[in-house]
Amino acid sequence: MNLDNFIAEHLRQIPRSGIRDFFELVQGRDDVISLGVGEPDYSTPWHIREAAIYSLEKGETSYTSNFGLMSLRREISDYVEDKFEVRYSPDDEILVTVGVSEALDLAFRALLNPGDEVIFHQPCYVSYHPGIVMARGVGLAIETKAEDKFALMASDVEKHITDKTKILVINFPTNPTGAVEPVEELEKIAALAIKHDLIVISDEIYSELTYGEDEGMKAAEHVSIASLPGMKERTILLHGFSKAFAMTGFRLGYACAPPILTEAMMKIHQYAMLCAPITSQAAAVEALQNGAGPVEEMRQSYATRRNLMRKRFEQIGVPCFSPGGAFYMFPDVREFGLSSSEFAFKFLEEENVAAVPGSAFGEAGEGFVRCCYATAKDKLEIAMERMGNFVERLR
Amino acid sequence: MIDPIIKQLQKNSKLSTSELADLLARDEKEIAEQIATFEKEGAILGYQAVVDPEKAGDSGVTALIEVKLTPERGGGFDRLASRISKFDSVTSCYLMSGGYDLAVVVTGGNLRDVASFVTEKLSTIEGVISTATHFQLKIYKQSGFFAQTESEPTRLAVAP
Repeated sequence: MNLDNFIAEHLRQIPRSGIRDFFELVQGRDDVISLGVGEPDYSTPWHIREAAIYSLEKGETSYTSNFGLMSLRREISDYVEDKFEVRYSPDDEILVTVGVSEALDLAFRALLNPGDEVIFHQPCYVSYHPGIVMARGVGLAIETKAEDKFALMASDVEKHITDKTKILVINFPTNPTGAVEPVEELEKIAALAIKHDLIVISDEIYSELTYGEDEGMKAAEHVSIASLPGMKERTILLHGFSKAFAMTGFRLGYACAPPILTEAMMKIHQYAMLCAPITSQAAAVEALQNGAGPVEEMRQSYATRRNLMRKRFEQIGVPCFSPGGAFYMFPDVREFGLSSSEFAFKFLEEENVAAVPGSAFGEAGEGFVRCCYATAKDKLEIAMERMGNFVERLR
Repeated sequence: MIDPIIKQLQKNSKLSTSELADLLARDEKEIAEQIATFEKEGAILGYQAVVDPEKAGDSGVTALIEVKLTPERGGGFDRLASRISKFDSVTSCYLMSGGYDLAVVVTGGNLRDVASFVTEKLSTIEGVISTATHFQLKIYKQSGFFAQTESEPTRLAVAP
């Protein structure tokens, strides 16, 4: 019996994730310093954890509305209006999901017919392309470049639009590059979406984690494409609690979209997931009501560590643009004549430090490695010292 | 807004000027000058280690004393508070709202030291109406640090 033949054909097209190989290699080693994580190095702020415990104590262990708790949707509505200057009704424009990952999957499945084209910028989060393929769509990657600080250029978007294009996916600040999108490019992209009648899926999970000029002690303004004129009606705004509130394990996100799109995503969500876990939802209410202080504390701490890592890259002479958001740096390692995978494996082998090969985030990431600075300062210092020794030997 | 240099030092006063320069993306010389100004102007009062006395081999005792005072015309509680603060055994002294006026934190080698400070020094000061002494039994958290550290939760070493 050949079980391979039983696997759906479109799934067979999707290669095994590059991150998984690397993960298994790292798992087998002791005392690795990891720059390879994709999450905050904080536990969820205590007041949020405590709210989850209290919810359990009260016996809140049932299903919720498929959309999510109304109290949470109201908080999300206010929060999104406050942060993004666009209002979504808690009644029929907000869907609480199991992380942004689920929301993204719902959006693709709700909108794509076989053969519909989706354009997205690369290097990008690992699930975008597989998500499109799993929804029987066709993904077209637009390469963003180091010389543009990995921002998405509207002119490049235009070149990729065909009569089959249905969706544009954007993610700013970007995992893995830390890029932020200049408002003037975002405006041009919005104009293209309107002109070509596209839906924009905007993954803004890192929107709270932005760093103003130079020292980054003040957050930079984040502009959501949904807030631009004429865009709310064609945007699915995705956000969640994992990054800013350090709640990755709670698995909670949400989609904000016009009622017809929300309803379509809801159809899948209600049968596939039913609802997001109630404990996580209770925690999220607390996060939105009282979490601003801890979020800003964490943001400032990331800013200092970004400054530190940026300085060390400067000192060891590895080119790396100064990222304006998220908690990643994406240094350029092309000068060493190794693929990003070879670089990362060798770095791990020789210095016991894990950094993720850029190629794990798509072909456009080749020649770069993703270094996460959401790591304790002392470990960061050691890791960067080892990086210095390593590149010295390679030169 | 609190100055970012002070904020960093509040969390870790061991940071050197060069480390601060790296963390805040500022010039080291400028940081050093700024710190000197803070010290001179009293924005930074001093630096000390946060210690768990039990593990540090300090067998002394600490007490929180609630003190009621008669305020004075003109200076309110300031003159008396300043006078009380000057005793070496007083480590902190705060004017409080509520049921008493001063919260005075006192350390001593043993219970008798603190008792004699209260009866012979503090209570005898003119203007002190009453005192209530509370001895500290156990430290759970001190200046933002936990006395008992829990093991760090583990994160996946590599995640997307």
